[in-house]
Amino acid sequence: MRIKNQLRGKLKGLFFTLLSVLVLTSCNSRDKNKKKVNTETEIQNGSKLQDKPTQALPPYIEDGKEVYAQNCLVCHQSTGEGVPGLNPPLNDTPYVLGDKSRLLDILVNGSDVGLVVKGSTYSNAMPSFKALSDKDISNVASYIRNSFGNSAGPITVEDVAAFRLNISK
Amino acid sequence: MTKIKVHRYTKVQKLLLGSALLIFFACKTENKVKDSSVTLQISPDNAGLSVPEGFGVIKVADSLGKPRHIAVTSKGGVYVKLRQPIDGKGILYLEDNDNDGVAETIDGFADYGGTGIYVDDNYLYASSDEEIFRYKIDGDKKVVNTVTPDTIVTQLINRRQHASKSITLDQKGNIYVNIGAYSNACQEKDRTVGSLGMTPCTILDSAGGIWRFRTDKLKQSYGDGNRFATGLRNVVGLDWNKEEDQLFVTQHGRDMLHTLYPDLYDQKTSAILPAETMYKLKEGDDAGWPYIYYDQLQKKKILSPEYGGDGKKIGGENALDPVVAFPGHLAPNALLFYTGDMFPEKYKNGAFIAFHGSWNRAPEKQAGYLVAFVPFKNGMPSGDWEVFADGFAGSKDILSPNDAAHRPTGLAQGPDGSLYVSDDSGGTLYRIIYSNK
Repeated sequence: MRIKNQLRGKLKGLFFTLLSVLVLTSCNSRDKNKKKVNTETEIQNGSKLQDKPTQALPPYIEDGKEVYAQNCLVCHQSTGEGVPGLNPPLNDTPYVLGDKSRLLDILVNGSDVGLVVKGSTYSNAMPSFKALSDKDISNVASYIRNSFGNSAGPITVEDVAAFRLNISK
Repeated sequence: MTKIKVHRYTKVQKLLLGSALLIFFACKTENKVKDSSVTLQISPDNAGLSVPEGFGVIKVADSLGKPRHIAVTSKGGVYVKLRQPIDGKGILYLEDNDNDGVAETIDGFADYGGTGIYVDDNYLYASSDEEIFRYKIDGDKKVVNTVTPDTIVTQLINRRQHASKSITLDQKGNIYVNIGAYSNACQEKDRTVGSLGMTPCTILDSAGGIWRFRTDKLKQSYGDGNRFATGLRNVVGLDWNKEEDQLFVTQHGRDMLHTLYPDLYDQKTSAILPAETMYKLKEGDDAGWPYIYYDQLQKKKILSPEYGGDGKKIGGENALDPVVAFPGHLAPNALLFYTGDMFPEKYKNGAFIAFHGSWNRAPEKQAGYLVAFVPFKNGMPSGDWEVFADGFAGSKDILSPNDAAHRPTGLAQGPDGSLYVSDDSGGTLYRIIYSNK
């Protein structure tokens, strides 16, 4: 009998825990929906938004995504996480988020140095994308700086033109 | 929700089992290998893998880092080559002391990362991305001196891409090493839109093939060995077929047909082409890379677009045909001809292939995190390839290899005929046994 009561007690406890979890999560998702309206923060948070773009998205997100799909996605993957040991991740790395000219250097000139990101070495060579237009490069650079959880200032067409001019000097 | 209770042996049960075993072995040592299987403990839910009926999976160890190729000694010890050393240990040695299948002892040595490992009666061979070493082993098949191995091959080219040096031995004192091409398709500028293929492809002088060296000579390099076979972009799986006395290899086919030639190949086609190929090699063979690739749908050698191809023009009249063509990009990382007695007759002398799983299928779903089997008769495939062990990746849809929980990388056969599989994503070592239960 006592065991039965204990069991009942435990079940009751479990029920209430489940109930509170349910209530909490439903509150949470409502919160998320609320946030979706707040376009400014959503743009900064990037990738999650791409699936449900709001009207206030800067044009580089959509245009940059297109350039990314044709030129970058096969190696760096739709998640931007890259491929272990081969192609480096684009999320949460100073190569993407840091100095604009470092990212432009990799995009325009390519990179074949075996980049080390977070202790892992990535062996594949990155080709040069200098054949792309300044607009495409600025769009894709801004897109990856604001996708996959990244948040950094966009790179403008003028930035790209200035970078090219600088290296041709 | 019901929770499946996992049966674990208590200490007392283990003690009883252990003493029973002791008495058993003392009385009947000659049947050790066969009878030890009685105590092997198949992991709950086959450690998450699916295998054909009658087979079971034991998780020998996990969290080993990034195990690449593996080798099992005639005493049952397992040598594991790690991609990167952990605490200065690039080779692990695992032992199962109580015959339940799970490793209790894990030691390590060798301060270099790499892929290749091979063990015979007298030596353990292991490779970094530039060198091949050999370590003398004792009667228990343990390395005598872990600190100063012989360097048998040195100064092999390593330009990061396809740098792993897989190895195997024949039965005449030769060692075969893959030297992968540091390129996708030998373009003047690697993986760059509009860049033409180099004619001739000069990479083939020092890479893109299998080189042969002696096992008993020290400090050999290119001038001391010979290019056994060429036109192989990157071979990670290779094995000497003892029945045929011939080398078989599995090649990773080229990437990015759509990205580089969007007008010739759509995304879906690019996700399945070209084939991953298995070749039966003899000295002097040329498998055709980079000038051609094998199209498993047309069943033809197709001229590479970098060399004027359009997806239809054939090429490589003198290039070898594959003996097996698998779907593209699945990355065959290990090849093993099964010579054991444990598995049913159909597996005898057949080929197991560990597929690492794709990345170049993106944006299509990734695939191929599995171990496949190809039946063989008289040294040639006698049927279609089939999935042998699956479920490594875990979740259903894998969009990126980062989502795969486990990725098969190495294969080895135990003295009792068990098949060992290594995984360089979760760091797990599996042992697949046939229990007929």
